[in-house]
Amino acid sequence: MLRFIAKRFLWMIPSLFAVSFLAFVLIQLPPGDYVTTYVATLASSNEIVDQNAAAQLRERFGLDQPMIVQYSKWIWGIVTRGDFGLSFEWQQPVSGLIWERMALTLVLAVVSLLVTWAIALPIGVYSAVRKYSIGDYGFTIFSFLGLSIPSFLLALVLMYVAAVHFGQSVGGLFSPEYENAPWSFGKLLDLLHHLWLPVIILAVSSTASLIRVMRANMLDELPKPYVTTARAKGLSELRLLLKYPMRIALNPFISTIAWLLPNLISGSVVVAIVLNLPTAAPMLLQSLMAQDMYLAGAFVLLICALTLIGSLISDILLALVDPRIRLE
Amino acid sequence: MPQVEPTPPLLDVRDLVTEFPTRTGVFTAVNGVSFSIAPGKTLCVVGESGSGKSVTARSILQIVDQPGRIARGQILLRGPDGNMLDLAMLDPRGRAIRAVRGARIAMIFQEPMSSLSPVHTVGDQIIEALRLHLRMNKTEARAEAISLLGQVEIPDPQKAVDRYAFEYSGGMRQRAMIAMALACKPQLLIADEPTTALDVTTQAEILDLIARLQKAHGMAVLFITHDMGVVAQIADDVLVMNQGVVKEYGPVEQIFHAPKDDYTKMLIGSVLKLEHKAEARASRPPIDMTATPILDIQGLTMKFGEFTALDKVSITLQPGETLGIVGESGSGKTTMGRAVMRLYDPSGGRILYRRADGAQVDLAELHGSDLKAVRRELRMVFQDPFGSLNPRMTVAQIIAEPLLVNGIARGRQLDERVCHLMEQVGLNPATRERYPHAFSGGQRQRIGIARAITLNPRVIVADEATSALDVSVRSQVLDLLMRLQDELGLAYIFISHDIGVIRYMCDRVGVMYRGQLVEVGAADKVCNNPDHPYTQALLSAIPRPDPRDRDRSRRFRYRAEDQPEPARAVG
Repeated sequence: MLRFIAKRFLWMIPSLFAVSFLAFVLIQLPPGDYVTTYVATLASSNEIVDQNAAAQLRERFGLDQPMIVQYSKWIWGIVTRGDFGLSFEWQQPVSGLIWERMALTLVLAVVSLLVTWAIALPIGVYSAVRKYSIGDYGFTIFSFLGLSIPSFLLALVLMYVAAVHFGQSVGGLFSPEYENAPWSFGKLLDLLHHLWLPVIILAVSSTASLIRVMRANMLDELPKPYVTTARAKGLSELRLLLKYPMRIALNPFISTIAWLLPNLISGSVVVAIVLNLPTAAPMLLQSLMAQDMYLAGAFVLLICALTLIGSLISDILLALVDPRIRLE
Repeated sequence: MPQVEPTPPLLDVRDLVTEFPTRTGVFTAVNGVSFSIAPGKTLCVVGESGSGKSVTARSILQIVDQPGRIARGQILLRGPDGNMLDLAMLDPRGRAIRAVRGARIAMIFQEPMSSLSPVHTVGDQIIEALRLHLRMNKTEARAEAISLLGQVEIPDPQKAVDRYAFEYSGGMRQRAMIAMALACKPQLLIADEPTTALDVTTQAEILDLIARLQKAHGMAVLFITHDMGVVAQIADDVLVMNQGVVKEYGPVEQIFHAPKDDYTKMLIGSVLKLEHKAEARASRPPIDMTATPILDIQGLTMKFGEFTALDKVSITLQPGETLGIVGESGSGKTTMGRAVMRLYDPSGGRILYRRADGAQVDLAELHGSDLKAVRRELRMVFQDPFGSLNPRMTVAQIIAEPLLVNGIARGRQLDERVCHLMEQVGLNPATRERYPHAFSGGQRQRIGIARAITLNPRVIVADEATSALDVSVRSQVLDLLMRLQDELGLAYIFISHDIGVIRYMCDRVGVMYRGQLVEVGAADKVCNNPDHPYTQALLSAIPRPDPRDRDRSRRFRYRAEDQPEPARAVG
């Protein structure tokens, strides 16, 4: 088991290099570079930048060098100094930009994940155990509604309701007075006050699909003979449900951790933009559009690292909960 | 023997009716069943699939699968104080019935692998029952679980208690199930086909174990089975069920030797039929063993990594002959059938096949179009009549597929061929547009046979072709196979673990043990008077369908390690 984990860790290193290089190439692929975009932006506001100035800019950013050199410099900086390079657009070190956003993204994602699981798993189990009951039909309708309503629409409606009927400041994760304030207890309360709206919006659609998945998993497990065995043993219905079929029905969820982590960054872009959330997704989108390649590259690298870490975690967890995998 | 005062029954089931509400109405799975069991006695409930025997057993503990429910009747369980408790009146989720389950009545099931949780240790599942009913603490329960595993003869119980079900062999799993069921010293053990998934030698051991523990604890046993041989060996009383109703109920002696009901007679008859060679074969002149064999297997070896599934198997198949291959699970008999079909690429040896024009080819080396051409002449019939037919194809499409794939017939001509084939196997051609689910197990196996003979093959490999079928249907399918053999001049390789089936229709038999062919000979000789000790052990384990013939002492288990070297393999 330990050998397996060590081996997986070692494999992550070449994978990370490969993916980061690929990401770098992909970001560079569209014609032009950041300076082109920058010049075009200036031109639209009637500022003319001559060729010399553009070339100077390119030299300053190192954009005139061959791609492989740019990549090597960038990755060398990350490995040796933890320096992800400079964001052209923000004129700030990338590392300074992303960590706070990543932290907020993490908070939002973890809270909505917990809310999702807390609602969806019990309902899924209930729906399976009381298949075709009124409750099951009710939850099924709710799930399909949740699945079919686009989350940006829900975001707009809830924002309207919150602003008009509850008079809450909507959009963002902080009130204006706390936006740039240092962390304090008041800021934390303010965050909690704002967090519920995006959490609800993000949780609704994933709750809906999770209910369906949990229901289907449970329906697969419930007729299995080992459930009958447990019942014949005299266990109470609740206890046997929790101990046997539920335990096995949860296994597929552990596998999903692998893609939950990267979703932290790249998921929920539309909702984050609609709600003006200071999370990673809108910044990633903006950096890609501006060909701000070090910033975008840093995000892609993070997504990739999180995917690898996520699949490692889910493999380890799966091995822990399922002896069939552990003892293979 | 003087008649003693009859002991009051432990369990008294009166007029039990269990129903399943369905979309189209109410299906009555158990219809007015009454029986009783005295302490220490064994009642066997026999019947074919769909007879309601399992539902009857589950009704007692109120663990019938959804949406089944007990509609009427009483299930009276005698308590230690003599009071009768009506289990049918209890709430199926209530505390009262849960106090009975596992404590006073325990149950074991057919498939020991799936009946144990795959993610909990065996010990955990036994300890759970002990803690639940006997209120033991963890240490006591663990010690008791280890002692129970020892009682059911699981080697090294100290370690076995922390193992998972998938680390056990099939027989050990069933032993662990028994240990779990007996944990709380129940008064009644309900065993629902507990040996059906096991080899005969393992079955014999499990039956012995249950009998021994039954005696030790004075426990009553309700044993559900479709195997009349097992019934004859263990039952005190027998309840014969068919389609939810009791056909006959009486002492085992009466059921086997003086059956009153026609259905019982048919059931016993079809079992006894397999005790002898089929008339069609007994009257046939013997196969000419001097003719050139159609199939000559020489030193066939099959390795899966380190594991040798087939070890230098050599055997011949004559034209028109039925060659039986018997052995326990893991003996390599299925591997051999598949290697002959070239579903596997053999690791060594030759499979010489003589084609219709007299040319001899080595199947082990054929490739591409040559192999494809030969495969038309070698066909296969599979064990599972449910899994081997595509549920999304009509019967006509299934039977016609080999003709279409090989570009032999199409359109009206194809349809005529399909109708003719269906008639040949005894199916009504008018049903050809239906899907497999509309057919019974026996009918489905006929569809599989029709598909196998579509291309006028010369050799058919039948892998456990009748073992999933009820005994009454089994002999019908065997008779069909023999009729087709005579009509079409087929040679069969008939793989089975069932000596009765082999004796009924085979000319010669090869016995396999751990990848080797240990004995080959005429069916009569091998099935009645075998030379090899393994074959003798195998035969000794088969339960004889006669309650007067209950000598367990002649049973023994064969292990190659115990044998002097020369006895190990022939050929």
